Amino acid sequence: MIEVATRNLQEATIMSIKGDVDLYSSPSVRKVIIALTEKRAPVIMVDLSHVSYMDSSGVATLVEGLQQTGKYQGKFKLFGLGMAVREVFELSRLDKVFEIYPNEEAAFHSLA
Amino acid sequence: MNSRSENETKVVENAPPNTVVFHLASDPKLLKVVRLGIGHLCDLAGFPETHRHRAMLAVDEACANIIKHAYGSATDKPIIITARLLDNGIEVVLRDYGRKADPEKIKPRELDDIRPGGLGVHLMRSAMDTVVFDTTLAEGNQLTLVKYLPQPRSDSQEEIVK
Repeated sequence: MIEVATRNLQEATIMSIKGDVDLYSSPSVRKVIIALTEKRAPVIMVDLSHVSYMDSSGVATLVEGLQQTGKYQGKFKLFGLGMAVREVFELSRLDKVFEIYPNEEAAFHSLA
Repeated sequence: MNSRSENETKVVENAPPNTVVFHLASDPKLLKVVRLGIGHLCDLAGFPETHRHRAMLAVDEACANIIKHAYGSATDKPIIITARLLDNGIEVVLRDYGRKADPEKIKPRELDDIRPGGLGVHLMRSAMDTVVFDTTLAEGNQLTLVKYLPQPRSDSQEEIVK
């Protein structure tokens, strides 16, 4: 089962995902992202450090988050990508489209 | 009256060697079961971690495409996956009985077009050495994926749409 939790860190919302993100679970991730973007969350930082597997439906969900935040000049950042998740972004050539940081601290400091 | 033993399906004596067959419903919640099985077959083949992950990803994407496109997200349709250990890798054949794939739609899309969706075929092609779609069957589709052990060989990829 997938777990998606959110918490606030100053103006940022940290969205932590735990589990595999695939065709079965990505709608749960999308639901949280859509709720945040409908509230126009200014900064969404997605913690992928506990995601060991992601397929194209998971990537598509994150692309949607990036595009939705872009509509209101919000920020959408990713951090903590493991080897398998990073590889999906590289194969999709989306590693240059997203802001990707090694950890939460680096993602947060990028806001300064 | 037939005895119970007469009604039971006869067991085939000789199963194809080095072969695993998954017969599953087109339900996304079963995808992880397939990934784990393919992952273990990759371990038996001696794949390094990157190759193992790529093969799992390709089979997962293939199943997801069948569920979404061949079966219109119905969760009770058959998918038959025949996975075989080769001397130098693995071969995975996926069979469905749903809507025939449109050859135009099973070509990878331009990656410069940043939008959600449509990445599955690209990921499959990137992850595997051979990707063969067969849409000429009387019913449904068949997709054959092959991945070889890493060794000095041509980087050429093969994608055939019959």
